[in-house]
Amino acid sequence: MKNYTLSDAVLVNNYIKGDECALSVLIERHKQRIYSFIYSKVFDRDISEDIFQDTFIKVIRTLKNGKYNEEGKFLPWVMRIAHNLVIDHFRKGNRMPKFEDNGEFSIFSVISDGNLNAEKRLIKDQVEEDLRNLIQELPDDQKEVLIMRMYRDMSFKEISDKTGVSINTALGRMRYALINLRKVIEKNNIVLTN
Amino acid sequence: MAKFYFKSSRKEEKHLVPNRRTIDFLLNYSKSLQVVEYQKIKFETILN
Repeated sequence: MKNYTLSDAVLVNNYIKGDECALSVLIERHKQRIYSFIYSKVFDRDISEDIFQDTFIKVIRTLKNGKYNEEGKFLPWVMRIAHNLVIDHFRKGNRMPKFEDNGEFSIFSVISDGNLNAEKRLIKDQVEEDLRNLIQELPDDQKEVLIMRMYRDMSFKEISDKTGVSINTALGRMRYALINLRKVIEKNNIVLTN
Repeated sequence: MAKFYFKSSRKEEKHLVPNRRTIDFLLNYSKSLQVVEYQKIKFETILN
């Protein structure tokens, strides 16, 4: 009795025509080679299972969509898909680094939450209130320029147009406003930081 | 002497195969996947 082993090309053709058993034979024939290739790159059984599964999902979809050209290179084609998925896996890993909190060192001690807690928010509000009071103590021309620049986000061109002075004059007033603010803060030992 | 310290990793790789469940999933997926062509557009459907 002769044993006939169908080639990959024949199995692929049969599968495309609707023979689901052909796929089973193909997978059984090549699973070890493909899986061990994937594992040799990622060294993780679970990830290897995922990539193996994704590889064959692509194979199945390509075959069923009639997009596969049979050139007697079924295995190299599947290995290429697996290879590309391994690369995708590593690329994704680089985009989203994973941190394992094992108790010895927590990454969250380095990464801080940008949102202010209640205490810090209170302090921030107080600092801003103090600063507004200090600004009120400035001479009117300097106060006007500073408010337009810092609170209304106006350019010096716009400030110059609004106040009727040259840009250089506006710049000068802004400079003196900041110098005077610093002098007052230093003189009175005011703390304006957290 | 070197043979004690240098193990071939190929032996371990020979026994590496995917889980039976993965393969069953793939076979079931293949059975349920249907591609329908309508007006030159292909639609993939998963039959329950």
